[in-house]
Amino acid sequence: MDEPVLYRESFAITGDDFEHGGDAAAAVKLVMKDLGLDPAIVRRLSIANFEAEMNVIMYAREGRMDLLITPNEVRVVVADSGPGIEDIELAMQEGYSTATAEMRARGFGAGMGLPNIKRSTDTFEIESEVGRGTTLRYSVRLERPPNGTR
Amino acid sequence: MKLAEIRRLLDCDVICGEELLEATEVESCFAADLMSDVLAFSRAGSLLVTGLTSLQSVHTADVADLAAILFIHDKRPGAAVVDVARHKKIPLLTTRRFMFETCGLLFDHGLKAAGKD
Repeated sequence: MDEPVLYRESFAITGDDFEHGGDAAAAVKLVMKDLGLDPAIVRRLSIANFEAEMNVIMYAREGRMDLLITPNEVRVVVADSGPGIEDIELAMQEGYSTATAEMRARGFGAGMGLPNIKRSTDTFEIESEVGRGTTLRYSVRLERPPNGTR
Repeated sequence: MKLAEIRRLLDCDVICGEELLEATEVESCFAADLMSDVLAFSRAGSLLVTGLTSLQSVHTADVADLAAILFIHDKRPGAAVVDVARHKKIPLLTTRRFMFETCGLLFDHGLKAAGKD
């Protein structure tokens, strides 16, 4: 259980800050590239991270993206203090969305975020409480350990 | 097809990344204004054709490892967005043609669809 932690960092995400929407995912991508992770895995996680970040920006007041890299996997937790999701099963359906015009004008809000995150990762969990917020936990397994480790 | 050829074919203005056009080859293209579609279904290394000029189009190209962005209908992103693209070495081009014509010409000249089945 107690795997060595190779890298850990937490990124703040501010709700409604469309001008920086994607900065956290881009920063995490650089970390993963620097650690020499397989480009296909970096791509999958970056796609999940970007969707998760945009969800926080679109729906929540604030949130955090916590990155944890071990020799065997990359784990990400994205937690926000937002309105929460009333019906998770519905929110997981492709095409279901409560997005506003601005969200759609940014190329998001078509009800694909959560399904995209699930599709891009090996494990995916969602917890949500209406009025409190939403937490996503997802991970991708590493076929080979990052650079400089075994 | 090299980006330099695409620039000639569609009479593009180059917004940034001119030095990369000759060296960057693309085989496939994904056209959409919905970035979630691009994230879900595009292939790495392809060209993104879009009318969306917000920062999110550049971040989409970055996280999905796309080769370049071609904006349609003479659309141009703001300076801050161009700075991010320049920093990430993502060439940005713009053509006066609309989406349908742009895609038709690219298809006609051998670009493949970059969507996953």
